[in-house]
Amino acid sequence: MATIPAFDLAIPESLPAARSRRSALWHFVRKNPLGALGGVLMVALVVAALGADVLATHNPVRTSTHVLVPPGAEFWLGSDNLGRDLYSRIVHGSRISLAVGIASTLLGGVLGGLLGLLSGYVGGRTDLLLQRVMDVMQALPILVLALVLAAALGPSLTNTIFAISVVIVPRAARVVRASVLSIREFVYVESARALGVGHARVAFRHILPNTFGPFIVLVTAQLGGAILVEAALSFLGLGVPEPYPSWGRMLSIAAAEYAHKAPWLVIYPGLAISLAVFGTNLLGDALRDSLDPRLRGS
Amino acid sequence: MRTYVAKRLAIAGVTLLGMSLLLFVLMRLAPGNITDIIFESAGYVDEADRHRLEAELGIDKPLVVQYGRWLGDLVRGELGKSYRYDLPAWEVIKPRLPVTLELAVLAMGFSVLLGVPFGVISAVRRGRPLDYALRVVSLAGLSMPAFWLAMVIILTLVRSVGWIPSMTYVSPFDDLRANLVQFLLPALAVGYRSSALIMRITRSTMLEVLREDYIRTAWAKGQREALVVWRHALKNASLPVVTLIGIEFAFLIGGLVVTETVFNLPGVARYLVDAIQFRDYPIVQNLAMLIAVVVVLANLAVDVLYTWLDPRIKYGSA
Repeated sequence: MATIPAFDLAIPESLPAARSRRSALWHFVRKNPLGALGGVLMVALVVAALGADVLATHNPVRTSTHVLVPPGAEFWLGSDNLGRDLYSRIVHGSRISLAVGIASTLLGGVLGGLLGLLSGYVGGRTDLLLQRVMDVMQALPILVLALVLAAALGPSLTNTIFAISVVIVPRAARVVRASVLSIREFVYVESARALGVGHARVAFRHILPNTFGPFIVLVTAQLGGAILVEAALSFLGLGVPEPYPSWGRMLSIAAAEYAHKAPWLVIYPGLAISLAVFGTNLLGDALRDSLDPRLRGS
Repeated sequence: MRTYVAKRLAIAGVTLLGMSLLLFVLMRLAPGNITDIIFESAGYVDEADRHRLEAELGIDKPLVVQYGRWLGDLVRGELGKSYRYDLPAWEVIKPRLPVTLELAVLAMGFSVLLGVPFGVISAVRRGRPLDYALRVVSLAGLSMPAFWLAMVIILTLVRSVGWIPSMTYVSPFDDLRANLVQFLLPALAVGYRSSALIMRITRSTMLEVLREDYIRTAWAKGQREALVVWRHALKNASLPVVTLIGIEFAFLIGGLVVTETVFNLPGVARYLVDAIQFRDYPIVQNLAMLIAVVVVLANLAVDVLYTWLDPRIKYGSA
């Protein structure tokens, strides 16, 4: 983060900008310890994903004869039934979880957001039609819809992302539509229209930015959900295929078969999933509390 | 009231029609048609045989005709044939329904028993350490994959007492005790997640209700805390909770999909996974449709119940 020059000039030397920024951060941590914990977990996840090549001690896909070695100096979290280092696989697996999570949430969020904007702004028959379509998309439990989609499309990285994003679309659309409906009634929107601003410009420049608060809250919450769905799909063999080290698939057949002999194969990948989702949930809650004043304190 | 229910029924019908269209299209997108899959194991395909089978299954007809036939079958309650078991699909599904239902009821029971009291306590002790602890516990429930929790529970049992419940299904009519012991763990693993949702909604509605005037009046009258919280406040906070319970009940099946697989329970949810893995598409299509019907009807029932339970809500405006 670069410091702003004008800011430096205005502040006396006795109070360096760095310290005030640190104290602002400290204030957030004090006021919102759980949100801060969520932030730390998310940063850890991102660091693991970006620095996987440096952080991993072994090649995550290379097999060896050292099978089912318990956690120790050579294999920090033990090795699996094919002699692969579990720690390195988990570190690399963070890439899959984060990539699938972010890509599907963004894809589903943007698509759903645009549909919500259209639905809320245009109203009338368009709204009615889109609402019924969203009803259909929400008539199946998340995992069941994702399962059917993944089955129809076949297991691949892009299909997994697509299947999960479809599940997010109606949820994002509902949230954005609800805020568009209330924002549309504001006087400033009316004045913009009276000034001769076109519909598209009003919708995208004047209304859309004001829906970001609830949208961000939803997206953060859905990120954790997306990671969980990816894990479940991969666990069932319908998600991300080999050779990508996916946390969910690490827990499937091999782990279940060797669970008794090598409990670390069950414990650590699941712990990784849980901590990643826990982080997004904590952060999502903190964001909701600070961005949505109606829910403050609840 | 009657017009409201009629209107909602019409919307539910439209939703299910849309779902049937979506499922029909999706299953046609799936790689390879059913004859490929049936002949795949033989390794040799006689084109004449294939055409005869296609004619027999009706998949040589135009798509519109196929879709119409499927809808007609659905309305008449005919769920087609399971290729894997070579049985009518209904024969395979029927014995599986009670397994899933029992699991869902037990899981829901757990989640209400845990979720409601913890939510109330958390709201009353807002901002205190107990509130934080309960919120962390509930968020953890939303963060753990149910199937992993199930595996960890099994693992812990094996390690600590060297015993796990039977991994082959025991019917409650043969041995009720063994059956309940067997269902306890999967129900707990699935119910934990729902309990977290119930706890969160209980907490937030309780916080709202506790701020209301009539609660202040109750305090001012000097009534005991237990009475104010559990009688006066919870009563008015229970409506959103009831709604969530209704919707969650239908959505539980999502959690059951993986949990039934891990615990080797022969339920409907696991059959869906099996059917997908064996590419038994007619079954996937019909089971998904069946689940959608349950979800849509549960939503409808909850909404109607809601307007009936709370006289402040006017029907007809939805």
